[in-house]
Amino acid sequence: MRVATNPTGIITKEASSSQSVKWYTCDIPRATLKEIMRRKDGPALWNFGLWIVLLLASGYLAFRCYGTWWAVPAFLLYGTIYSSSDARWHECQHGTAFKTRWVNELFYEISSFMTIREASLWRWSHSRHHTHTIIVDFDPEIQVTRPADLFKIAVDFLDLYSGPVEIKRIALHAFGVLTPAEQDYIPLVARRRTIRSSQIYLLIMVAVIASAVVSKSFLPILFVWTPRFYGGWLHQLCGLTQHAGLAENVYDHRKSTRTVYMNLVYRFLYMNMNYHIEHHMFPTVPYFALPKLHEAVKSQMPRPYSGIIDVYKEIIPGLIRQSRDRNYYVAREVPA
Amino acid sequence: MNQINKISVEPDSSLEWVEVCPASEINVEDVRRFDYGSSTFAIYRTEDGYHASDGWCTHENAHLADGLVLDDVIECPLHNGRFHIPTGKALNPPVCINLKTYPVRVDNGILKLGLSQHRS
Repeated sequence: MRVATNPTGIITKEASSSQSVKWYTCDIPRATLKEIMRRKDGPALWNFGLWIVLLLASGYLAFRCYGTWWAVPAFLLYGTIYSSSDARWHECQHGTAFKTRWVNELFYEISSFMTIREASLWRWSHSRHHTHTIIVDFDPEIQVTRPADLFKIAVDFLDLYSGPVEIKRIALHAFGVLTPAEQDYIPLVARRRTIRSSQIYLLIMVAVIASAVVSKSFLPILFVWTPRFYGGWLHQLCGLTQHAGLAENVYDHRKSTRTVYMNLVYRFLYMNMNYHIEHHMFPTVPYFALPKLHEAVKSQMPRPYSGIIDVYKEIIPGLIRQSRDRNYYVAREVPA
Repeated sequence: MNQINKISVEPDSSLEWVEVCPASEINVEDVRRFDYGSSTFAIYRTEDGYHASDGWCTHENAHLADGLVLDDVIECPLHNGRFHIPTGKALNPPVCINLKTYPVRVDNGILKLGLSQHRS
């Protein structure tokens, strides 16, 4: 086992961007890792195929139930399945869902739009997140900043905070406005793509709203983008377990990230991102191989949580305390 | 038998040929790190032979020897940016800057890396 951390323990812009900073990495034989990293099309074709079938079936059910009270559970089901687009956006962003590159990119573009994450910007944002995971002022994707804003966390179970923020960003980008922070992590060559992509998103949504007006029905709006709000609960439930309440500014994913065992349904919709320490430590490992990677390195990892209830027993009191004490965090025990 | 990689430049007096390792030590579709002086390189073996490039990804802090070789492409282990191994061409975001490549050859089973004698 080798431990390589920032020797100074102090995060500076220079240190954080230099090649002197190294993250802790578990020991795993190169041959084993190479086998685990091997790309395949088969698992994702099944996974995405089943997801599309479920999406269409639940959408049809919701459509048929529209106008009755049955529409409430039907749209909740559709929205929950629709919101799995976020996990798909994430896996395709890493290029690990499919072996065939163009299929991966096709689903990246589709799922990015569905989950309201403009494809070009989020590619760069997520790269930064992996370079500087939970390093304050460097990671643009810290979900819970301190002091924890409990209201924001709660309303995001319906994406009511993050969703509008993304829509506003897309609208601004469509008109060529990027914040200084965005300009910091989106290179010049990619900005035009970000702007064009945002314009396309806006045009599609204008068309969706126009069709709702013309048809005098909310139905078109209920099928695009809004499912990320009314069906976003599972994404938030799973996503919050990734880093919330844990240490900041440490070059060891085991202290800032969690691995949580989840049931088959959640794992399907969440694309195995419950193995989140493993994902951060080895981001080139495809989602379907993460359980195998977990088995290979678990002796070097902190105790995995046994399930959603187990992990929320830690997250809820931890975040309540962080809302009052910005210095508090859950310290994870890691093997020596 | 001497084997010169087909994409490598012909050896000439301006190159210093540095021994890397026995060529057989690198499996097909794999990569290995090679440090020399203050420089670090990634040495690849693909179906069509051996190749070499700078070791660090041109995007951010990751050594390509920890990455995955997919046919004639190396994927960075940190952000999955990809480079065409024979040419070093950056293929997809987040990598935008091409990778510098170096000639390699195999002399009597020993893999050698060709470095400019005038490199800084």
